[in-house]
Amino acid sequence: MAVDRRQFLKVAGISTLLGIGGKTAFEILSPGRLEASSQKIPLTTGKRWAMVIDTHKMDEGLIEKCIEACHREHNVPNLDSQKEEVKWLWKEDYHHTFPNQQHRFTMHDIIHKIVPVMCNHCSNPPCCRVCPTQSTWQRDDGIIMMDPHRCIGCRFCMAACPFGARSFNWGDPRRVMTDDSLKESNPDFPQNPEYPTRCKGVVEKCNFCAERLAKGLEPKCVEVANDKKEAAMIFGDLADPESEVRTILNERYSIRRKPELGTEPNLYFLI
Amino acid sequence: MLERALEGNKGYWGWLIFLLLIMGGGAACYLYQFNEGLRITGMSRDVSWGFYISQFTYLVGIAAGGVMVVLPYYIHDHKAFGKITILGEFLAIAAVIMCLLFIFVDLGNPVRIMNVIMYPTPNSILFWDMIVLNIYLVLNLVIGWNVLSAERKGVHYPSWIKPLIYLSIPWAFSIHTVTAFLYAGLPGRHFWLTAIMAPRFLASAFAAGPALLILLCLIVRKVSNFDPGKEQIKTLGGIVAYAFILNIFFLLLEVFTAFYSGIPGHTHTFIYLFAGLDGFNKLTPWMWFSALFAVIALILLIVPATRRKEDTLAVACVAVILSTWIDKGLGLVIGGFIPNPFERVVEYWP
Repeated sequence: MAVDRRQFLKVAGISTLLGIGGKTAFEILSPGRLEASSQKIPLTTGKRWAMVIDTHKMDEGLIEKCIEACHREHNVPNLDSQKEEVKWLWKEDYHHTFPNQQHRFTMHDIIHKIVPVMCNHCSNPPCCRVCPTQSTWQRDDGIIMMDPHRCIGCRFCMAACPFGARSFNWGDPRRVMTDDSLKESNPDFPQNPEYPTRCKGVVEKCNFCAERLAKGLEPKCVEVANDKKEAAMIFGDLADPESEVRTILNERYSIRRKPELGTEPNLYFLI
Repeated sequence: MLERALEGNKGYWGWLIFLLLIMGGGAACYLYQFNEGLRITGMSRDVSWGFYISQFTYLVGIAAGGVMVVLPYYIHDHKAFGKITILGEFLAIAAVIMCLLFIFVDLGNPVRIMNVIMYPTPNSILFWDMIVLNIYLVLNLVIGWNVLSAERKGVHYPSWIKPLIYLSIPWAFSIHTVTAFLYAGLPGRHFWLTAIMAPRFLASAFAAGPALLILLCLIVRKVSNFDPGKEQIKTLGGIVAYAFILNIFFLLLEVFTAFYSGIPGHTHTFIYLFAGLDGFNKLTPWMWFSALFAVIALILLIVPATRRKEDTLAVACVAVILSTWIDKGLGLVIGGFIPNPFERVVEYWP
């Protein structure tokens, strides 16, 4: 059925007036099409994404390269302030990342080892449980997504996340383009015109590069890390017993952050 | 009935203008924040809730505390409280409005606030908090208004109000229980992860709310020709005493569990608050002031002579309010974020 703009607006307008919303207009004019388009997120069916990080291969320099690539990919501004800082991927030492998995005599090299940290894309995510608007939700493939257009900025998810993975836009992130004191440290912001910038007052975090997965690419950090050192970061599908992530988890000893909290992180660290 | 509010002497108008000036100042500051974003508040990705949310939490207590005059009057037929229930109800109205405004100003995107209703999410405690607070506000507005206008006309309030009054009593408990659940269900925030959070909130509410009411009664007696009555203030003093003792008891239970079990995560925030952690101790003097006020309040409230004497009772009430305000309005919410998920200390000051 061919529907012109006028017709569509008419039906959408009437159904909105009746309080049933725009979705109904779609349903009347082309039944099933909206459902289909919202369900068909590429690569989500039957998958359970996870990441394995080989801490032997990831040195500080390499992690920094990954951070830079990630933040460029997602237009994360450099705000030059610890309080306002927005970060998707960053580095932390073993000592602070795994506070319950060490003792006084743990090898010096391990305790001070720098590891990359980001959102754990937990299987049982407290952030999604507490969000009052479903602005953050879990996809079928396990990725914890964030809709910056719906977020009201209550920051309940930040209180709920036991991993400190979430950042808030305390001010307008786009001011780095005009603010004289920030322009210099953000010369080419926004670096990736393909990815949206955010506004002030919303929460954001790592999205496992959902936009790249949709194109059949690996997350940016994984690409950068493996480019320098083979299999430094492995990304894959835990639901597939033959996958690389499953194989390596089967072969080597791995740990996760704060497993005792029951959030079931999907980031595994090879120690 | 509102026309009565437009009559008064010079002092009354002066007071109103003073309050309007403060409100205007607040509105101007909010406009600044609306433009700049919450970056002007001093909050950070580590301490992501600060003064606003802690004031909201404290004021939920004040709102719930009003029920301590409503309950004895309507359930136990404690006739003497008939004169002051109206004060309790209007105190609740004022406190709930402030609660809602404190949440509103804390939002990063206040214009999207209706999303909470457009996308109702029953698994979020914040959704339920929105519901219980708004209904509590409506309940108290309807009850307070009808009871007051009936009293003015010298008639009995309409009978359909009675079920609403009964409903408002458990509802007062619910607002503070749900508010406690905002904190008590979060994994990884050890200071908040405690089953006694809701009872502790209620105990401090039933101490601070009636303490404020006593002060209110004393002020009303001074500035108007309405006398809330000696007997009423005395009974309220007893309520404050019991509730405050319970509040301190609950706090000490927390201290016991944390330090006797010796589990590091459970002790860290207490250590930060009362002794400082890793060299950071911005809140330490405040917490000791809170403890000092608590001791003063306990002595004045437990000794019968000082509890029954209105001057010393007033001092005790001020001490209760200051102690619980620091404990809940600063220590509890901010302390819960320190140390952060990486066990690093990042401090906050508004």
